[in-house]
Amino acid sequence: MTVVDDRPETAAPAPRRRPNRLLALLRNSWRQLTSMRTALILLFLLAIAAIPGSVLPQRGISPEKVNEYFVDHPDWAPRLDRIGAFEVFGSVWFSAIYLLLFTSLIGCITPRLRDHVRTLRSRPPAAPKRMARLPQHTVLPAPPGGAAAIAEALRKRRWRVEVRGDEVSAEKGYLKETGNLLFHTSLIAVLIGVALGSWYGWSGNRLLVAGADNAFCNTRQQYAEAKLGPQVSSADLPRFCLRLDDFEARFLASGQPEFFNATVTVDGPDEPTRSADFSVNAPLRLNDASVYLLGHGYAPVIRYTDRFGNSQISDEPFLTTGDMGLTSEGLAAFPDANVDPATGQRAPDQQMAFTGIYLPTAPEQAPFVRSEYPTERNPALNLVAYRGNLGLDAGIPGSVYQLDQRQVRAGKVKEVGTKLLRKGETWKLDDGTTVEFLGTERYVTLSIRHDPGSTMLLVSCGVLLVGLMGSLFGKRRRVFFRVVPADPGEGSPTSGSSLMEVGGLPRTDYPGFADEFTQLVAAVSGAERAGDGADSAERAGVREGAE
Amino acid sequence: MSALSDNLVTFAILAYLVAMIGHAVEYALGNVRTRVATAAPVRELVGAGGGVVPTPPAPVPSPPTVDRSAGRARLAGLFGVGATAVAAVLHLAALVTRGLAADRMPWGNMYEFVLTVTFIGVAAWLVVLWKRQSLRKLGLFLTLVMVLLVATAELVLYVPIVPLVPALNSYWFIIHVSTIVFASGIFLLGVVPAVGFLMRNGYEQGKRSFPYTLAKRLPGAAGLERLTFALHAFAFPIFTFAVIAGAIWAEAAWGRPWGWDPKETWAFISWVVYAGYLHARATPSVKRNVATWIAVLGFLTMLMNLFGVNIFFTGLHSYGGLD
Repeated sequence: MTVVDDRPETAAPAPRRRPNRLLALLRNSWRQLTSMRTALILLFLLAIAAIPGSVLPQRGISPEKVNEYFVDHPDWAPRLDRIGAFEVFGSVWFSAIYLLLFTSLIGCITPRLRDHVRTLRSRPPAAPKRMARLPQHTVLPAPPGGAAAIAEALRKRRWRVEVRGDEVSAEKGYLKETGNLLFHTSLIAVLIGVALGSWYGWSGNRLLVAGADNAFCNTRQQYAEAKLGPQVSSADLPRFCLRLDDFEARFLASGQPEFFNATVTVDGPDEPTRSADFSVNAPLRLNDASVYLLGHGYAPVIRYTDRFGNSQISDEPFLTTGDMGLTSEGLAAFPDANVDPATGQRAPDQQMAFTGIYLPTAPEQAPFVRSEYPTERNPALNLVAYRGNLGLDAGIPGSVYQLDQRQVRAGKVKEVGTKLLRKGETWKLDDGTTVEFLGTERYVTLSIRHDPGSTMLLVSCGVLLVGLMGSLFGKRRRVFFRVVPADPGEGSPTSGSSLMEVGGLPRTDYPGFADEFTQLVAAVSGAERAGDGADSAERAGVREGAE
Repeated sequence: MSALSDNLVTFAILAYLVAMIGHAVEYALGNVRTRVATAAPVRELVGAGGGVVPTPPAPVPSPPTVDRSAGRARLAGLFGVGATAVAAVLHLAALVTRGLAADRMPWGNMYEFVLTVTFIGVAAWLVVLWKRQSLRKLGLFLTLVMVLLVATAELVLYVPIVPLVPALNSYWFIIHVSTIVFASGIFLLGVVPAVGFLMRNGYEQGKRSFPYTLAKRLPGAAGLERLTFALHAFAFPIFTFAVIAGAIWAEAAWGRPWGWDPKETWAFISWVVYAGYLHARATPSVKRNVATWIAVLGFLTMLMNLFGVNIFFTGLHSYGGLD
């Protein structure tokens, strides 16, 4: 980085004692790292490093898009993947930048914290001899009480005051540095909050179909995908179960969703049994987890009656394809179909599966491939029947939403027909078995999460904001008063026996200081007598001082 | 009501255009005045102005002409400010009628968002102008920005009124979006003195090539720089709050406070860049024009977040209303 070019000369070894060059290097690197220039460069590197995270698909957000990218750009994708371009925010280089930045930050604020504590405990410095050299300067009649009265007036205005004989020094605006340090410290706390969340947090996604038979309990195996922090084991998951009782969705005429509400029954050792509602924007808060409603759809209930007259029911959820009308695709598999009840013998090549497209509102005419509206105005199920060995017994993990195409290609599964079924209709297949479309159940897509760092995040963000405002709007400034006997030769504007010389020094960029200074000295001087003459004299005096 | 709102937007654009012409006339007349004033002592300058008929050496410039010209320039400038105020009122009326027609806050899509941000920008400008009338000449740049952005909103981003999707139906919508809109409006206004400063600063350092010559009639560089900082320092905590509010909302809606959605990523980038500006501004060794460039860069990242992310990327913040 920029470590090399302007290394301070102090590193030059003294002629006698050869200092440890490694130590010198370390010390200089540390100085360089904690300099504002490095911090600024790191800030910009951080901003630039974040850009690919928005341009390229990210695994943490949309893994399916990453796969698409691999298909679309077969030569680029693996190279990009090697440098972590699909996991930018967890990549080595992104982490390196922010860790360096935070190291630089700590190195910067630690000495400042020490200095600030010292400043807070110290007293305002003595007044300079020649106050006329300060940016603000004026001479006014002193209030009758002299230095003590000045000090009192300043204290009332919340200045920190130090009286030394006839001199009063006062300082204000410590809040600026306090706020600044608070802001930077809370940034560290934010980072710790994020780290806590990722170490001790967990999350899982799954679909939940309505009905008592489909209830789900919070164990690792019940999730389609689960992410557990490094410090969390499966046994740590809180024990509760959820059953979807009802799901309500309302849509506008255009098909745009307007309202969702899911009603569930919660129970389990770690949760009191109760019924609860939740929705988008209003998650279900449990003791050690929150349940978020991410999506919804339909699970067609399909009954298949085999050659022996045995019926089985499938109510697997059909996944929505992303269109407005909630066109959904899915699979109803019956691997235990056509088992001879007399012998209990399975016939692996007699297994049944139906792939289908479900249309909540089917069009009036073919093609029946796209639903026109998300509610069930004209529900229809377009089924394709397959018979054969589904390949489920091979122990190879496969999707429950898709037919294993390897079996189809291998000729082990054969298509036996296609039919559009309305609700309640029955379709008789070539071998005399029947399939019946009984209706649908609603299902919801849930994300269940626990983030133990969230409270810390929230609190540190609040502190951050307070600190930021103190840092930006606080103004550190000093004023000095010196009470001097009135020169009898000079025409004093009032009968006051003594004058006060006042100087003001803004310690930060503060364009409004002249105004504040004017008002302050006017108030201190005229604390007890607000005469017009005195007022105008003060103003004239301040003008002079300000020039 | 919806049609009325659309008409009001059109009228507001026209009023901004009129205001811009007023400010431009002030600029032009200002040039006449200097030409007349400087013609006598430095004759080459007239030639350098380009295409000007050489004035006869006779003592032509008469004080009354100068005064009348200056008076007219001032009048044109004040007219520009008046027209800006009228435009702002029309602009506000367009927002209110849009909100009434939709029966919600008018921040549901990109069109409404840009319309509100620009309104905040112009309202803040009028407040700044109220306090510091010497900045009037910046009005030319401000009205130019307004015409461009509001016209873009109407011509490119326009969408008919629809109710909010459930994902947006939360009180956080009002908290998060209003603060984002407010901060964006102030940042938008802040970029005007920032660019003004960069040009004026160059001009004051003796640069006389094209963009710098525009700054001849601008207020002093130091004042512009202070205004730039004041606006950014004001907007930054509001923006910070808005991002935090967004994170709280995201926790409730999507289950995580921060997920590096493209919109979140770019908000992060803007935040970092603006933080960089504030640090650079507070560091004496960093030149003020370098710091101000960072502020301009920050604004570009805000624009990228508004237009780029809504149009090119897909993410959870897909409420632009454009397909």
